[in-house]
Amino acid sequence: MNRMFAIVEREMRKFFRSPMLMVMSLMMPIMQLLIMGNAFGGKITGERVAVVDYDHGPQAVKLREAFDSIAVNIKTFSTVEYSNEVEAREDVRTGKINAAVIIPKQYSQRVYAQNRPVIGLVVDDTDQFSSGSIEGEMQSVIAALNAPAIQPRMATQIALETVELYPYVNYLKFLLPACVAMAMYISVMIGGGMLYIDDKARGVHEGYLVTPITKLELVFGLNTAAAIKAVLAGISLTVIGSLLAGLGVIFHPMADLELLALIIVTAIAFNGMMFLLMVRVEDPLTPRAMFGVLNLLLFYPSGAMYPIAAFPAWLRALSVIDPFTYCVDGFKSILLKDGGFVSIQFDLLFLFVFGIGTLLIATPLFKRTL
Amino acid sequence: MSTLVQNTPPAIEVSHIVKRYGDFEAVKDVSFSVADGEIFGLLGPNGAGKSTLIRMMTTLIPLTGGSAIIAGHNVAKEPNAVRRMIGVIPQALTSDPDLTVEENLSIYAKLYSVPKAERIHNITEVLKAVDLLKWRGAQVKTLSGGMRRRVEIARGLVHNPRIFFLDEPTTGLDPVSRIAVWEMLSNLRASRNLTILITTHYMDEADKLCDRLAIVDHGTLVALGTPLELKHNVPGANVVEVHFDRETPEWQARLEAMEDVTSVQAESAGYYRVLTSSGSRTTMQLVELAASLGETITSLSVQNTTLDDVFVHYTGRQLRDEQVKPPAFTLPPRPGMQP
Repeated sequence: MNRMFAIVEREMRKFFRSPMLMVMSLMMPIMQLLIMGNAFGGKITGERVAVVDYDHGPQAVKLREAFDSIAVNIKTFSTVEYSNEVEAREDVRTGKINAAVIIPKQYSQRVYAQNRPVIGLVVDDTDQFSSGSIEGEMQSVIAALNAPAIQPRMATQIALETVELYPYVNYLKFLLPACVAMAMYISVMIGGGMLYIDDKARGVHEGYLVTPITKLELVFGLNTAAAIKAVLAGISLTVIGSLLAGLGVIFHPMADLELLALIIVTAIAFNGMMFLLMVRVEDPLTPRAMFGVLNLLLFYPSGAMYPIAAFPAWLRALSVIDPFTYCVDGFKSILLKDGGFVSIQFDLLFLFVFGIGTLLIATPLFKRTL
Repeated sequence: MSTLVQNTPPAIEVSHIVKRYGDFEAVKDVSFSVADGEIFGLLGPNGAGKSTLIRMMTTLIPLTGGSAIIAGHNVAKEPNAVRRMIGVIPQALTSDPDLTVEENLSIYAKLYSVPKAERIHNITEVLKAVDLLKWRGAQVKTLSGGMRRRVEIARGLVHNPRIFFLDEPTTGLDPVSRIAVWEMLSNLRASRNLTILITTHYMDEADKLCDRLAIVDHGTLVALGTPLELKHNVPGANVVEVHFDRETPEWQARLEAMEDVTSVQAESAGYYRVLTSSGSRTTMQLVELAASLGETITSLSVQNTTLDDVFVHYTGRQLRDEQVKPPAFTLPPRPGMQP
């Protein structure tokens, strides 16, 4: 055991002497959290919509007043006067404006006569987010205009009442579990994978192999050290990320215990996987080349960025065996839902079994000789 | 050179050792033994099989055939017993640059399960022996190349091994540091009764440091003995190096025909190494011959037989030839270029 702890001691002393590993493990996930968290998931504002009014009647004025109300309140779009439909369409096509509303002649008359009044909307549907947002606002304006002036005493239509269990989760908060997982992955990749192969190439392992250290002591020493580094990265990003995202769950001792358990089993799982991948690798370039591919294979199928329910069957199959899936799910359950141990017990079990399983496969593959 | 104790069992006994990688035989039926307290050298060019031999003896790679007994323990059957008896310094500098000298040594002492009190004592003693005591708290990255090599040597001794293996311990060091390492190894052998096995491709290192030498070439042991014995086996007591102003095809035959000359090697245009039993007589004859033919000698030197000559004698080529790799690619001649 003492020999195993000597390996751990060497790795940890190196880790604390050279803080670059810790900085690099945290830098990218924090940047990702700040940039992607603020770039995505925000409400669309400031779009420009052309209004071509061929009617000029009272109902057209009412419609334009509704648009003005949107421009000063929710600010999704503001309107620009156009006199000609052809010119408005061309400007939507060339990107000068984002959409065009065409109010046809006799629109007001048709509204009063209840004779199929129609308003035209031209959108640039290459940008689904913007066009969807403008279309949504337009639908709500039309729904408001269609509502009867005097509401019936008894509701005659079916209504849906939604109860939201949790406070509003913005994209920054939604992204935090993925960023914690990413920080731990980077730590394991650099602190476990790259340094392991670099030490092998430098002849450090040769130095270990001429001592009486056993294969198990060496394997567990190297893996324990790499797992400790990943745990430190996980704890650091959970705390920093929660503060940045405004999540107060880290101030609850019970949630902290759950987070610690999840971070530890995630470190075991990620590290076991990395050790299995690297156990027979000799070339220091290999882990560097694998970094991006592994990131793609593990991060995106995990549901960190988009719901797994939207994936095709083959991608869902990948997400089932992806340890990131369970790590992200576990962090979401604690950080966003405060769901307690019950909500993460399957994630804990999967990650633990996955980590121990990969280590058990990798250990016989580790060579005690050169 | 020390007086060796010959009545004790050998520290290292290598018998018909073989290492194959597929069809390639890296070490071919090599046998030798190293006496207790001896400094033994494996001399040969890069790729000769020296490192493979040392790696087999230190349990780093399995033997394909034969046996190696280190301090009474069979490498193949009792690798852990062997590991406890040996200290090994690999060719590369593998101490952690971010850690201090003492931390590097302490971690290795722990890998050998040296108890705490003994560990502290041993670290102080070995640092004294390699003259690094005042640098014990310094990070290894702040030390010079020679000092880093001394850290490696101290690290290999921190558990008080009986046998010390060093794979090319002075490669990359400047001449002053190399001599310092030789002196240190000689002192360590005397003070700790160490048996030392080193590999080297430096002739002067093998000559000055080793009690006995094995010359290894293409995985085969081609000669074994003390440096003096090996030099005596080479016909001719002196080497005359002569450089003529002008190369003529007759020089080789004329030199070989001279009295006392045992062999002549053409080094380059007009430059010859002449092995002779009488350096002074051959020198006189050379000067007279050049004068009678109206040729000019641009340089002339006489020296005793060196291990380089021993290597040439046993392998048919010079050690330094092996260290110069041919260019991987040469440009084809331009069209119309004069040859």
